[in-house]
Amino acid sequence: MNREILNARRLLCPLPVIRTQDKVKQLQAGDQLEVICTDPGVMQDIPAWCRINGHKVLETISEDNEYIIILEVGEG
Amino acid sequence: MSTQRKAVALISGGLDSMLAAKTVMEQGIHVEGINFFTGFCVEGHTHAIRERDKTKLKRNNSLWVAEQLGIKLHIVDVIEEYKNVLINPKHGYGAHMNPCLDCKIFMVKKAKQWIAENGFDFIITGEVIGQRPMSQRKATMPIVAKESGADDLLLRPLCARNLRATLPEREGWVDREKLHDITGRSRKPQMAMAGQFGFNDYAQPAGGCCFLTDASYSSKLVDLWKARDDNKDYDLDDVMLLKVGRHIRPQQNFKLIVAREEGEGRFLQGYKKDFISMNSISHSGPLVLVDGSPSAEDLYLAASITARYGQGRDAGQVDISIMSKDGSERTIQVKPLLAEDMPQAWFI
Repeated sequence: MNREILNARRLLCPLPVIRTQDKVKQLQAGDQLEVICTDPGVMQDIPAWCRINGHKVLETISEDNEYIIILEVGEG
Repeated sequence: MSTQRKAVALISGGLDSMLAAKTVMEQGIHVEGINFFTGFCVEGHTHAIRERDKTKLKRNNSLWVAEQLGIKLHIVDVIEEYKNVLINPKHGYGAHMNPCLDCKIFMVKKAKQWIAENGFDFIITGEVIGQRPMSQRKATMPIVAKESGADDLLLRPLCARNLRATLPEREGWVDREKLHDITGRSRKPQMAMAGQFGFNDYAQPAGGCCFLTDASYSSKLVDLWKARDDNKDYDLDDVMLLKVGRHIRPQQNFKLIVAREEGEGRFLQGYKKDFISMNSISHSGPLVLVDGSPSAEDLYLAASITARYGQGRDAGQVDISIMSKDGSERTIQVKPLLAEDMPQAWFI
């Protein structure tokens, strides 16, 4: 299992979703991705994107005006 | 055994594309959604920035629609490619800077490329004849199909029975009789159909889903191009900053972007390394970015305007901190500009 970090700070939705989507394409099923954002909209959008595309949100963290989503890549 | 046919639906996040996709899904076609991000999409951005919108649900409607339909959604960044559509629209602009017909042709063309690369059979859009004055007219429907290269692979399920049969209809992949014949600007047929499908909640964006249909935004874009000697190139930050703050251009060589509230101030903070910035330190007041090439005298004027938008607007003197792009800082004392000394023409 591989774990990677994606810096999506300062990007506004849907760009963090697009960057997440593009990064996930490079990963394997079971890999984890931590996406760090500053747009609170990601707390809604990235989990929605994960649900419709078969990925699993493991954790969402909101701290100091940053929003972190940790997801596990699904079979796709 | 018959082949499972696959279609990609252009999903804007509005009701029509949702209904178009659902209509085809009901016929057993495998449908996935595609959404193109041009940089001018209304979705989310200003809600994310402005403090006053914090109570609003920050959902992305295209993702939400895909989830309601139970389909995958592919969001494609077309910011770079879209520049040519906006700067050189073959079919011209609508009421503002909206190149709607060229935009539709561009998106269908991109969808055509996508289906070729991903082994899909045809394209679905939520277009309705007569729905929009520029891009959705009987005369423009064949133009979109032809100039995009999609030709008869482009199916408009909501008005298909008013148009010539497309390949998916002729081949029997979809039953034409189960498609629709909606025309005009009335939303009643779509609302009735939404009820039949059990869709009780859907986005109804006033004026569409694109900032380019907005008069104020379009004015700021035209102003930006003029200030750059008609060089129409732009980047995403240019596009974003036009959505934020009060834009004031006292002279051709510089303009001010004044945060209107806390959320915008926080957003503009992220640009302090790219612009000269100012704020009042003797009184509370907004963060202001100065775009362009202001002289020392211009900066004094900018500081007086900055003072005008703070709590010291009625004071005899206000201390304004001016920060350069390199982070160096100095303070000057100014008298706030009076409202009557700010011509309406300065406000973009």
